Amino acid sequence: MNDLTAHPARGASEASCFPAHATEGLAGTSFKHEHLPAILAAGRQHCFFEVHAENYMGAGGPPHDALTRIRRDHPVSLHGVCMSIGGPQPLDKAHLGRFKSLIGRYEPALVSEHLAWSTHETTFYNDLLPLPYTPATLTRVADHVDEVQEAIGRPILMENPSTYVLFAESTMSETAFLRELVRRTGCGLLLDINNVFVSATNQGYSALDYLADFPLEHVGEIHLAGHAEQSDDEGELLLIDSHDGPVADAVWKLFDRVIGRSGPIPTLVEWDSAIPDWPVLKAEAEAAQAILDRHAGSTTREKVHAVG
Amino acid sequence: MRSAEQHGRGITPFSYADDFTPALLDPERAAPAAVRGPNGKAAKKRYDVYRNNVTVSLIDALAAVFPATQRITGTDFFRAMARFHVRATPPTSPLLFEYGRDFPDFIENYEYARQMPWLMDVARIERAWLDAYHAADAEPLPPESLAAVPAPRLADAVLTPHPSTRILRSRFPAVSIFAANRGDGPVGPIDAVEPEDALVTRPHLEVIIRRLPPGGAIFLMHLIEGGSLGMAAAAALEESPQFDLTANIAGMVGAGAFTAIGGDENDGH
Repeated sequence: MNDLTAHPARGASEASCFPAHATEGLAGTSFKHEHLPAILAAGRQHCFFEVHAENYMGAGGPPHDALTRIRRDHPVSLHGVCMSIGGPQPLDKAHLGRFKSLIGRYEPALVSEHLAWSTHETTFYNDLLPLPYTPATLTRVADHVDEVQEAIGRPILMENPSTYVLFAESTMSETAFLRELVRRTGCGLLLDINNVFVSATNQGYSALDYLADFPLEHVGEIHLAGHAEQSDDEGELLLIDSHDGPVADAVWKLFDRVIGRSGPIPTLVEWDSAIPDWPVLKAEAEAAQAILDRHAGSTTREKVHAVG
Repeated sequence: MRSAEQHGRGITPFSYADDFTPALLDPERAAPAAVRGPNGKAAKKRYDVYRNNVTVSLIDALAAVFPATQRITGTDFFRAMARFHVRATPPTSPLLFEYGRDFPDFIENYEYARQMPWLMDVARIERAWLDAYHAADAEPLPPESLAAVPAPRLADAVLTPHPSTRILRSRFPAVSIFAANRGDGPVGPIDAVEPEDALVTRPHLEVIIRRLPPGGAIFLMHLIEGGSLGMAAAAALEESPQFDLTANIAGMVGAGAFTAIGGDENDGH
């Protein structure tokens, strides 16, 4: 039964069977299978769709059929969740091979991964776990990003994480870490503004200060999402990156300010659990699109070479 | 147990994962010493966010693979059972649709599930359902193709199984129990008491679970292993005198269990 882990590579021979759809200035949503009939019924949407790469790493079946239909008419963003780039151990070569095959097969407009880790030794923890920010971890992460980019033959966008704890040993700020990662590897950045808001609240710093220090000129995609509220050990607010509801007002405001500074950047609304009907998610993307459109032409953005 | 304290914090630049992971799936362990909140705040509840994310998301993953099993046991029973399994056997692949292969065996040995001895077989059908769902695509054998094989050569024909094809045998009416609990509809009384064998296929986009007639499982298992139709039929008849070759061939072709016929050409027999 384990034969399913070894999938036939579908690469170059099937490549170039999709049109190139641009994501410039476009808003998008997570693609959820339950929305497929509604999306197809509505015809081509003025948006892009993002999928979690790992959900399409099976050999065949309905996932590939659905993604093929979506990809024909829309730009697709391939968002890796499990490469464990922020982990200390070597990358999983088989997983990297699967990632490369998917990129060859679907020719995504955007390709991204996380500044986080999820596998240690042989266990996959299915969460985006945090790492200390030090010169040593920076070097290790940069090596991993180099390895991924070399394998797939294109730059990736690295996403800032939501965090709940700090490491005593960290000596660099997250923004300094990311800026240096870009400089060393040539990767781009995926700026998750909900993650900024969540981490800033949890770590007691200003989201605006973080964004002021963020190298926006290297951002190839933005994420927006909903979060949930809990409390920390001291009974104070602790935000959870839950992706289970609408984007918070505070996050919309930060987004507006970022786009005002940078000009339009492809922006994705993530919604991964308690998934609403398609019109609700589509309305969130339309709200993002309205902000992107409002700032279109107001700022000439430096070309981000990490995109496509 | 106290490795984090013994090592001191940040003993090497890369020990963070060694320090961070042991307590993720072990509620008895304290949060790692190297993590904290900002401005001297504690990190217990903060670390618990990761613990919760890991455990709950993996329980959710099992619930997504085994919905009928969960429906039979009820959500609380299922999640308690799944929590034990997640902690004992976390996934080793980042592909969550591969997770849960050991779960039916875990159920078989789970003390509180002993009164539901058929539960493990329902879980096996559900695991096979997901394997079929993600299996490679292939065009099934057209219905008329076997009829085109000259009768004298039919016994020597061998068939190529569809990548999705799976056979599961149960000492219980597992197929009936699976079918009654897999959907959202009301579950009526299940009259079946006989052992049931399942054929799992996905000829196109829909996974199909069929109950096999007497001898059908042996017949198909021989064919899947590369045995000839004649040998497979003989083995099926030996196990079950009621074995009906014509009906079984029609059933397997109708279910899309095979993709190609060979063995009747060139090599004489």
